[in-house]
Amino acid sequence: MARQVYADNSATTCISAPVLEAMLPVLKETYGNPSSLYSLGDRAKEVIESAREKVAAALGATPQEIYFTSGGSEADNWAIRMTAAAALKKGKNEIISTAFEHHAVLHTLEHLKEQGFKIILLPVYENGIVKPQDLENAITDKTAVVSIMYANNEIGTIQPIKELGAICRTHGVPFHTDAVQAVGNLEINVEEQNIDMLSLSAHKFHGPKGVGALYVKKGLRVSPLIFGGAQEKGKRAGTENTAGIAGLGAAIELATKDIPKKQKYLKAISDRVIEGALKIEKSRLNGDREKRLCGNVNLCFEGIEGESLLLMLDAAGVQASSGSACTSGSLDPSHVLLAIGLKHEVAHGSLRLSFSDVNTIEDADYILEVLPPIVKRLREMSPLWDRIKMEEKEKK
Amino acid sequence: MYTDKVMDHFANPRNMGEIENADGVGEVGNAKCGDIMKMFLKIENGVITDCKFKTYGCASAIATSSIATEMIKGHKIEEAVALSNKAVVEALGGLPAHKIHCSVLAEQAIKAALADYYQKQGIDPEPILGKQCSGDCHSCECH
Repeated sequence: MARQVYADNSATTCISAPVLEAMLPVLKETYGNPSSLYSLGDRAKEVIESAREKVAAALGATPQEIYFTSGGSEADNWAIRMTAAAALKKGKNEIISTAFEHHAVLHTLEHLKEQGFKIILLPVYENGIVKPQDLENAITDKTAVVSIMYANNEIGTIQPIKELGAICRTHGVPFHTDAVQAVGNLEINVEEQNIDMLSLSAHKFHGPKGVGALYVKKGLRVSPLIFGGAQEKGKRAGTENTAGIAGLGAAIELATKDIPKKQKYLKAISDRVIEGALKIEKSRLNGDREKRLCGNVNLCFEGIEGESLLLMLDAAGVQASSGSACTSGSLDPSHVLLAIGLKHEVAHGSLRLSFSDVNTIEDADYILEVLPPIVKRLREMSPLWDRIKMEEKEKK
Repeated sequence: MYTDKVMDHFANPRNMGEIENADGVGEVGNAKCGDIMKMFLKIENGVITDCKFKTYGCASAIATSSIATEMIKGHKIEEAVALSNKAVVEALGGLPAHKIHCSVLAEQAIKAALADYYQKQGIDPEPILGKQCSGDCHSCECH
């Protein structure tokens, strides 16, 4: 069997051994309902509160500001919908976001648009980074909430969160950031970075799936998205996912322990892949070269289609993802790649490789060994590649 | 997601390449949609003696073109005219619903190559082959 390289860590990560160890006793023994009065319930409650402290510490927040959710999507939905609803009562009906948010945000905004909100999507430019001046220009006394992702999930570009947050503060508008890709990869401090609400998800940093959190700054009114119980101070009903929450606590503690060290490690892997892959003719790196997540590589190869590329890479033992239309199940390629101005035919040939600390520099070498011949093979089959080469000849 | 047959034709495509001085060449699809299929036919005495393809697209686009060439090579023109996308899907042991359009492209690519052949013979292809693919995927009912 070929070497196996899992390079899709932006999609999800493997659960780490210490995280699993933190979860197993909770699953086996601490099965009590945290709302129960007897000691078994108390112990479950303690597990949850200990995890809450860890999440708060990782963000520079207080435990009272952390609400556990089923993951990043719920946190995004909740943050935007509750602030939009509260602002509407004051006659504010505009929401500002960006064109390349995750669908958990964009589809929530589409839903709110149907309910009468005006949605303003800021441009993200060729480098995939929002300009604070654009937010300053768009914000009005009608703005209900601003939601801008911390780091993009496809191209990894990091947004100027502190500046964006400062603009929102000046105008008294709540600022939400989807930090699902950022937590564990970037140093975050909600206080210093002017963040009012932040979404995170455990499975992006070696925690379990199905658990996440929403940070809400003290003083912001929290209203529930899910009704039906007194859990999470009555703000999020449903018997707690105790083991999952324990896993989130353990995972976030480990993931944020030494971020500069992790960044350096991941950058070495990504840089090697980027430099090697860009030697392939008619290839490009998507998103800013510097202001990107250290483990993110997003490339386009002209003349080929992403799904074919992924399946051939998979046959060679490399698991990755693409923003091609075929992989999205629609006719259009990734909205992120279109938002940074790529043509459809270029975006169809995209490849995202995303690394975590379980990858090694040897993985980078292996990718560079198998990738160029696969691109070459698909181009040999491609009438589009023939056309590109012919047009190039004619230009000369 | 794909059957073994699809994966086999994707990984080991049959009849991939071009035919020099082909009797009929047809191209369908467009780069914007992410699929282009090009078919080359060699026709002698009403029989398709050789057939090759080039495809830009996903695995099922490559697999449908590959198997379609096998299904018409060595066969009479009339059989190629009658080849339906359904037959291509069946031969592959099925395709996911959102990939059916790839089989339509394969059928259309062969029809486009046949139309080119007929035109070179001074014969109007439309009564034989019907309407040709417009190249606009968004307008196609197969989606």
